[in-house]
Amino acid sequence: MARRILLEHDNVPGIETFDVYRKNGGYRSVEKALKKMTPQEIVDEVQKSGLRGRGGAGFPTGMKWSFLAKPDGVPRYLLCNADESEPGTFKDRYLMEKIPHLLIEGMIVSSFALGANLSFIYIRGEYMWILEILEKAIAEAYANGFLGKNILGSGYDLDLRVAPGGGAYICGEETALIESLEGKRGNPRMKPPFPAVKGLWGCPTVVNNVESIAAVVPIINDGGDEYAKIGIGKSTGTKLISAGGNLARPGVYEIELGLSVEEFIYGDDYCRGIANGKKLKACIPGGSSVPILPAHLVTKTAEGLDRLMSYESLAEGGFVSGSMLGSGGFIVFDEDQCVVRNTWTFARFYAHESCGQCSPCREGTGWMEKVLNRLEHGQGNMRDIDLLAEINKKIEGNTICPLGDAAAWPVAAAIRHFREEFEWHVTNKEEAQTRNYGLLKASM
Amino acid sequence: MSNTHVDLSKRHSEKPVFSSEKMAEVQGIISQYPEGKHKSAIIRILHIAEETFGGWLSIETMDYVAEVLNIEPIEVYEVATFYTMFNLEPTGKFVFEVCRTGPCMLVGSDQLIEHIESTLDIKVGETTKDGMFTLKTAECLGACGYGPMLQCGKKYHEHLTNEKVNELIAAYRSGELPK
Repeated sequence: MARRILLEHDNVPGIETFDVYRKNGGYRSVEKALKKMTPQEIVDEVQKSGLRGRGGAGFPTGMKWSFLAKPDGVPRYLLCNADESEPGTFKDRYLMEKIPHLLIEGMIVSSFALGANLSFIYIRGEYMWILEILEKAIAEAYANGFLGKNILGSGYDLDLRVAPGGGAYICGEETALIESLEGKRGNPRMKPPFPAVKGLWGCPTVVNNVESIAAVVPIINDGGDEYAKIGIGKSTGTKLISAGGNLARPGVYEIELGLSVEEFIYGDDYCRGIANGKKLKACIPGGSSVPILPAHLVTKTAEGLDRLMSYESLAEGGFVSGSMLGSGGFIVFDEDQCVVRNTWTFARFYAHESCGQCSPCREGTGWMEKVLNRLEHGQGNMRDIDLLAEINKKIEGNTICPLGDAAAWPVAAAIRHFREEFEWHVTNKEEAQTRNYGLLKASM
Repeated sequence: MSNTHVDLSKRHSEKPVFSSEKMAEVQGIISQYPEGKHKSAIIRILHIAEETFGGWLSIETMDYVAEVLNIEPIEVYEVATFYTMFNLEPTGKFVFEVCRTGPCMLVGSDQLIEHIESTLDIKVGETTKDGMFTLKTAECLGACGYGPMLQCGKKYHEHLTNEKVNELIAAYRSGELPK
């Protein structure tokens, strides 16, 4: 099922330049869209494709586009969310670094569909060298008549800009991204109004992930129906998976949705198993915010069915025995790893990244970090394990944006599946300070 | 949330001013935004200001950026203190930021941090006596398949081992910056 649509040409020498990209079929979708299609026809194709947002939430892209308000005389904006910061996720970086013109091509077609004449790519500040790659590619697109005034003689004008962030995970949340792009602190806004009605500078705005926008290119080239034939059920198309942790061959892979998790982890075309011949202990399949799965629930569901790389199959079993596809940040743990330590690093991450606006998240993420820190370092007690669950309940659903939920859920899942490991850290205080639970188990 | 309180004892003695060349670059960025929306350029200009004026943002630098953007200084302080990439205190010539979140931890970032601490004889958050290196930790830098790793300036150094870090330190010390 190795299926390469987005990354078909990623290894062609010089593909980052306009000429090579164009020779390999690049910018065909712009010609087709601007010369032969109406904006509504493009939106219809994207709806037919079944494309779901690739940033993590999985919301249908075409539907999101259809919500965009179109009041007369008010500009509309398309913002590309390249603030890739979910721990475990590094796919957008790969796409932008290797094939910057694919994103630009998708931005042109999508901006035309939405009626935007000024669009932005908001990229995380740490990816400054990719900002430079993108700006170089954008300059080439201008020079070749694919950006600027009257693109390809169609009468359509588009300016495309790149803006960097400053190292804030929260700016991947779309209203925080908009605040940041307006030159402010990245505090998420209350919704409603949704960005589709009131977004950047108070105007109707769509925010889409890098990979979602890139996927518009094959959808327009081949048609939404063709795209919908790829994948499985409501998980149509391909997905970029960022594979990290203890894998023999970590990296970015494009997979057809519906590939079995077994094949993805162990297959020769993919990750080739666990590094150093070790055994699989656990997996977080969709970035740090999604529930961790213990080994027996990674390749099979609780009912014993094959677990597939799809929105539905990874969620099979809900929060009791399932997880989520999320952003596709696939993190694998070998038998020597400590789940408590990993959970602590995630809690520290969320405490660091909470914007501080809502008290349940600002205080709650801080407390979870403190409690997990003392558990990991052999200074906790049994009561702390339940305390974490209590803090969780006080955060989830009580905040403006989903960062609070994202911080709470992985802790809850880690305790659900690995409670004995948390308890071991309490009952073996001295060893917990010097030894890793995973190593201890392996030597027993 | 950076929770940063600005230490007012650390200042620039002279008012920072962009060269005419830098100023042209800055004005070019401002002109990318629609009329009246120039404040949107603030983050990028702060990055440039930090790089230009010694690797950190002093009160003087922030006030100057406010002047360039024609906004109130408080609007710049708000932004500079929120985004954790900005240094609000002087740093060493090279800042090593080692990613330590889950995926990097799984492949040895803790050991890497310990190795750098002992090699440079500093703890996380400190600067070497010769002012060459500052060691910091960072939360997920988006290099999860290529860890352990560290960022120095705009450059990512990935797939690191103790030996590679030793070579890296030597290269930075000798001025032969790794590509």
